[in-house]
Amino acid sequence: MSGEVAVLGAGMHPWGKWGRGFVEYGVVAARAALADAGVDWRDVGSVVGADTVRAGYPGYVAGATFAKALGWQGARVTSVYAACASGAQAINAARAQILSGLADVVLVVGADAAPKGFFRPAGGDRPDDPDWLRFRVLGATNPTYFGLYARRRMAVHGDTLEDFAQVKVKNAALGALNPNARYRKRVTAEEVAGSAVVADPLRLLDICATSDGGAALVLSSMDFARRHGAADPVRIRAVSTVTPRYPNTVLDLPDIATDSAVAVEPSAGTFRASIARAAYEEAGIGPEDLSLAEVYDLSTALELQWYEDLGLCGEGEAAKLLREGATSLGGRIPVNVSGGLASFGEAVPAQAIAQVCELTWQLRGDAGDRQIASARVGITANQGLFGHGSSVVAVR
Amino acid sequence: MVAGWFAGDGDDFRLLGTRCSACASVFFPREDAFCRNPGCRGGELTEVPLSRRGRVWSYTDSRYRPPSPYVTDPELSWEPYALIAVELESERLVVLGQTVPGITVSDLAVGMEVEVVPGVLNEDEETTWTTWHWRPTGVTA
Ligand SMILES: [Zn+2]
Repeated sequence: MSGEVAVLGAGMHPWGKWGRGFVEYGVVAARAALADAGVDWRDVGSVVGADTVRAGYPGYVAGATFAKALGWQGARVTSVYAACASGAQAINAARAQILSGLADVVLVVGADAAPKGFFRPAGGDRPDDPDWLRFRVLGATNPTYFGLYARRRMAVHGDTLEDFAQVKVKNAALGALNPNARYRKRVTAEEVAGSAVVADPLRLLDICATSDGGAALVLSSMDFARRHGAADPVRIRAVSTVTPRYPNTVLDLPDIATDSAVAVEPSAGTFRASIARAAYEEAGIGPEDLSLAEVYDLSTALELQWYEDLGLCGEGEAAKLLREGATSLGGRIPVNVSGGLASFGEAVPAQAIAQVCELTWQLRGDAGDRQIASARVGITANQGLFGHGSSVVAVR
Repeated sequence: MVAGWFAGDGDDFRLLGTRCSACASVFFPREDAFCRNPGCRGGELTEVPLSRRGRVWSYTDSRYRPPSPYVTDPELSWEPYALIAVELESERLVVLGQTVPGITVSDLAVGMEVEVVPGVLNEDEETTWTTWHWRPTGVTA
């Protein structure tokens, strides 16, 4: 397929609370990806950085910041910000450059040193910013929205707190097998139930933490990959980067209200479902072709929502799919075998790149104890504040 | 706290949105600059009061003190508040808001009818920040 790019290398800085700067995490991840690819940094034609907004001025120009730290070598440079979808947008920018012939080999890097506790908007009085408004007027943190979605699922689909806890149990068991994960301990349903409620009905262990971390990829044209001796590399076949369609009728971070459906009938399917649909269409595959999925489990309940939005099961059937073990390692369609954000925590500009690192290792057969047998096709899914939706399809 | 989002006292209290004269789309919080319907050429946006009553789409609460810019007194112990997302039938939109004090998640259910009432978000010696609250209908406290 002519629209494909090769994944030559993948690398990470282990996630945790390390107390160092985001540049250090990004450089460690970048060097790991370059070594994995067998590519000299001086042979990289373009560097794309996913921006962080919490590390001061250099964070907004991450592409150049990483390039300087690795040593200026004259590469084309790009910096992108799309909140939680920043990493996927960075991958998309790199892919567009490769497919258009602007660059043969591109380094994609995302890294963050996250603050403690709740994410919060940037400082200052900004009543024209929906993110500022939801905190100021309502005290509506990110877990507020996760709690609303969880309670809605319980009311509409009959999901239970035990179902939510089992998502954490599954992901923690997988994270325990991943040397890059921050949390590497198994968790029991009793431990989830015993943790403090943060936003009813969700508890501390239902909600992902904030973390430090970094992830990087080396992407290239298929021609370069062949010349480089990689005859059968993991390939990226689709990157969906879509907005919602008006009217968006599911309350979305960071908004206080939905669009009104009074003048325009909503299109079939939600915004989240449209993110996956765009990726499937571009890749020419369907959910039945998947070997694995990496989704943003910002909360346990949200992972279940993604099962339905990705078409892994019908609407309202996610808890059943989980209970059957279909989304566990060894199941029909394992989800978050990396351990997910439940085990990594959020390092915003890095996490969508980290998802593609996991697909790469799984599709190569390099995932160690958490390897899925003969994985051929993987998808990632995420959503970024203010209407960024992203999903990446990789194949082998 | 935010200009033109609500008005009136007692039973006359209403959330205020805007409506596009060309396509009839309703916006809350008010949209005064441009109609966001992609199929609309754009009409005049005029202020419109929203329905007083709606039904609970979902609800949650906040067991930990939210960060700034939420205004709270760190000297006082944290009192969790509940939040409700309310579906307004005639506007076909969902609006998030805090509940009146004293109502907790155990008093709420999806589908329950609630109404909008004036409320106090926070106050200190100099300032009272007013807001809207949702209150289950039939509760008069
Ligand atoms: Zn209009």
